Amino acid sequence: METPGALIRVGMAESSASKAPATLITSGLGSCIGVALYDPLAKVGGMCHVMLPDSSQARASENRAKFADTAIPDILERLESLGARRERLVVKVAGGAQMFNFGRGDDRFAIGRRNAEAVRSALKQAGLRIAAEDTGGSHGRTMIFDVSSGRVFIRTIEGGEAEL
Amino acid sequence: MRDLSAIELDALKEVGTVGAGNAATVLSSLLGQRVPMTVPEARLLPISMVPDVVGGAEAEVVGVCLSVTGDAPAAILFLLLLHDGQKLVRQLLGGAAPEQITFNEFERSALGEVTNILSGAYLQALSEFTGLSFAPSPPAFAHDMAGALLDTVFAEIGQVGDYALLIDTEFMTGDQGVKGHFFLVPDPEGLTTILQALGVREWRPREL
Repeated sequence: METPGALIRVGMAESSASKAPATLITSGLGSCIGVALYDPLAKVGGMCHVMLPDSSQARASENRAKFADTAIPDILERLESLGARRERLVVKVAGGAQMFNFGRGDDRFAIGRRNAEAVRSALKQAGLRIAAEDTGGSHGRTMIFDVSSGRVFIRTIEGGEAEL
Repeated sequence: MRDLSAIELDALKEVGTVGAGNAATVLSSLLGQRVPMTVPEARLLPISMVPDVVGGAEAEVVGVCLSVTGDAPAAILFLLLLHDGQKLVRQLLGGAAPEQITFNEFERSALGEVTNILSGAYLQALSEFTGLSFAPSPPAFAHDMAGALLDTVFAEIGQVGDYALLIDTEFMTGDQGVKGHFFLVPDPEGLTTILQALGVREWRPREL
């Protein structure tokens, strides 16, 4: 797809927000979750690449963008500082796959599902509804978010690119 | 805050080289031909830099993951770019090199077995250097984007490690070279345990 404006790469355990025109992209989501938040009126968008559900076990100095429960409130604050209004936000969520199957119910490897649950609950707590979601399964995803149009695309190795 | 000194990096590289020696012996007898292996590089790097090492987060790779329990819990991930994975499978199983994209059960288990051999060899070397004991799980295979495999391993093991020990590994069989990336990702306590046992006294993570 076209990528109008600046191309902003959101790395593992990072968040970023921008006014249009810009394209936010996070590549290779596995068990991690990509969250795209868009205010269509202010034309402001944000994206998170969340790695883990819960910051309560984190060390003090740790990066807040890594965890669902801290990344969501932080990106909302950042979006509001750019002129977005919470009640207008359109939220799309992707990722949370289980990439490896050890075939013995190893709970450590169910983190994708736990990440998705934690993101949903953090969004709910912030009073936000999810407009579209593509989570689970066992494949990686790249999430591309055009802040000018609010359109979000998911790219996979098997399926190419499709709008979410 | 400081990085690892040259001596400490040498210790890590030495672990890699001894491990590669062990692995080459096992692979050579398995394949009935000499399989020289080298370790061009061994280093400790922040996980945010790892996708770039393997050609970017969207690079198509095959990967085999093991979880390791014992004195220093960790995950192991052996990653190969798709064409290197195909080459290695051909070398292991013989036959021509069809440009197939998917890997069947037999091919997956062959790559799993190579990862078992490498893991056993590196962990044995690490065990000899440190006196620590390690117990790897059976392997699990995936074929997808590098970033997707890496973030999974880092999130799931890394409750939450910020560093990965990378041992680049190069095999030669016949006139073909195959490059693989062997990652040992210890959990945070595991990393401290390993470095202390290697004689690294004052290592502390850099601020990320």
